[in-house]
Amino acid sequence: MTVDSTAGAPTTAPAHGSPADAGPPELVQLLTPEGERVDHPAYSLETTPEELRSIYRDLVLVRRFDSEATSLQRQGELGLWASLLGQEAAQVGSGRAMRPTDYAFPTYREHGVAWCKGVDPLNLLGMFRGVNHGGWDPNEKNFHLYTIVIGSQTLHATGYAMGITKDGADDAVIAYFGDGASSQGDVSEAFTFASVYQAPVVFFCQNNQWAISEPTEKQTRVPLYQRASGFGFPGVRVDGNDVLACLAVTRWALDHARTGQGPVLIEAFTYRMGAHTTSDDPTRYRIAEELESWKLKDPIERLKAYLVREGWADSAFLESVEAESEQLARRVREGVRTMPDPDPSSIFENVYAEGHALVDEEREGYLAYASSFVGAAAEITDGEDD
Amino acid sequence: MAVEPEFDKPVTMVKALNEALRRSLDENPKTLVMGEDVGRLGGVFRVTDGLHKDFGEERVIDTPLAESGIVGTAIGLALRGYRPVVEIQFDGFVYPAFDQIVTQLAKMHARALGHIKLPVTIRIPFAGGIGAVEHHSESHEAYFAHTAGLKVVAPSNPADAHWMLRQAIASDDPVVFLEPKRRYWDKAVLDPTGAPALGLHQARVARSGSDLTLVAYGPMVKVCLEAAEAAAEDGLKLEVVDLRSLSPIDFDTLEQSVKRTGRAVVVHEAPVFLGMGAELAARITERCFYSLEAPVLRVGGYFAPYPPSRVEDAFLPDLDRVLDAVDRAMAF
Repeated sequence: MTVDSTAGAPTTAPAHGSPADAGPPELVQLLTPEGERVDHPAYSLETTPEELRSIYRDLVLVRRFDSEATSLQRQGELGLWASLLGQEAAQVGSGRAMRPTDYAFPTYREHGVAWCKGVDPLNLLGMFRGVNHGGWDPNEKNFHLYTIVIGSQTLHATGYAMGITKDGADDAVIAYFGDGASSQGDVSEAFTFASVYQAPVVFFCQNNQWAISEPTEKQTRVPLYQRASGFGFPGVRVDGNDVLACLAVTRWALDHARTGQGPVLIEAFTYRMGAHTTSDDPTRYRIAEELESWKLKDPIERLKAYLVREGWADSAFLESVEAESEQLARRVREGVRTMPDPDPSSIFENVYAEGHALVDEEREGYLAYASSFVGAAAEITDGEDD
Repeated sequence: MAVEPEFDKPVTMVKALNEALRRSLDENPKTLVMGEDVGRLGGVFRVTDGLHKDFGEERVIDTPLAESGIVGTAIGLALRGYRPVVEIQFDGFVYPAFDQIVTQLAKMHARALGHIKLPVTIRIPFAGGIGAVEHHSESHEAYFAHTAGLKVVAPSNPADAHWMLRQAIASDDPVVFLEPKRRYWDKAVLDPTGAPALGLHQARVARSGSDLTLVAYGPMVKVCLEAAEAAAEDGLKLEVVDLRSLSPIDFDTLEQSVKRTGRAVVVHEAPVFLGMGAELAARITERCFYSLEAPVLRVGGYFAPYPPSRVEDAFLPDLDRVLDAVDRAMAF
């Protein structure tokens, strides 16, 4: 894709001083909520029907995985789940824009990005089941561990991108974060470092309108994408429920970054359709009408409508994706239920790369203590026999 | 090997540290130095003097004035295969980076089940005694030593500073490297072409004695050595153990010493309450209970904010306060 970056949309100039919750006119959109394909002067996108079907498949599978995880939490198999419901397009669009050598630094909700990077969904569930704190090898798929402290990963992403520059490589990085994180100092510091060193990092903010119970107005008085202009790099607001727009804009931003032109901020304007996590109750702080209005902008329905209208997806295709999603759900369900608890002594593993005398001492102490129970039980049995 | 001309006479701790950075940069192209004013200026204490000129701004990086950003991007650089040596300008300025150090740097290796390593060294000029304004004299070692995943060391003299910094940079674990800033200008002989006498986490008996063990690290080692000298005039033989490493702690060396002397006094600048001394006293008591002739006493700062410089001498342990504690321990 070639985009003339002077063509207007990725602007560093503040637009109209519009309020933070305004969607249009800045919103980049290539597929309307009704499923109509529209053009954007700055972001063109060439797609084949096959590619569109592949994108549709990703969206459906990711949503099915997510709903299965929610169910597993309800069944007590997971301690917690952070649903991505409603944010599939933002994640799949941006995720598919990356090359395999590009690196993603996620929050704890980027299940769709993980999917696009080829991370086994079961790997994501370990931390929510409580068997580890992440545990996958980040370098295997260039997908960093989920980061729970809000905004911290934006600095790691920036440092990693600085390293890419030092290596003379043309990889790029995406730092994922949300509207709530935009208030964190670390995010501002990441913007500063990335800008000063022209690091090849794309800051991808999913503005899902809610940071647990706080609406975006509690985080900002300007549209979030406009924050970039104060740091001296482009900011773009994209329809976060439009997978094609997310793909096109992120591709442009990654190319911008990897060609030495510095960072980009993308604000994907979307909506958290579910609760913050399974522990949250959104009925306490937001009205049902808002949710209903966003249901009309569903990311999957609009692509489905487009595919069907164009005659690129028949019922056989749609059913096969549906069946595949049920297969995935089954695999995830079985995988989670049979996921073994770690050995308690693993607490002492990997605390240090080169070991630590105190950790060794405490491991030994723990093992001696734990093994003493076997002996103690035997003694009690012996006593009864006497 | 002939001694290099620069090192044919005693050098300051600043010079010893500078040489450690220079050699680390030279030996491994992945080593980076980063921090505020570490470039052209050479750092506010001149520890990085000349490195920017010799290794360039890609290796010796002047950063924005943002400590969390410095440590956070250092983590990212480490993930990309670099070996960053971060300078925090003064002890009291590390707190904006505390979150990155404690929640990310310390825990990421375990979070990844060992798949990734974080070879990041965080140099911090720490502790007081230089007549500085607020936030420039703090001893926060216990915060870091309390955190699993971090290693914490504090040299007391130029030679240790040199070798321990090179060992810290070579370590695949994150190391908080505490530099006793009031000892920056102390001089000692150093041969940087040699080899370190001790491992990074080994303690050293800095002075042998049989009556009581003084336990210290960083800036207080010198005070303890002076106290031992003074006590010797009264016929008391004090042993001084320089811990050097605060996480892990070389308890074996400590245990051997206290079992011989039967008495121990721990000395540090940090407030006594919940300081390193509390842990040291507890461990010494557990390990040496039947050898102890007296409770383990502690000498340290008071439970108050570090005071204005005109009265810092009253806050900091000095020779008299150490000897006062020695007298109390000997009276048991």
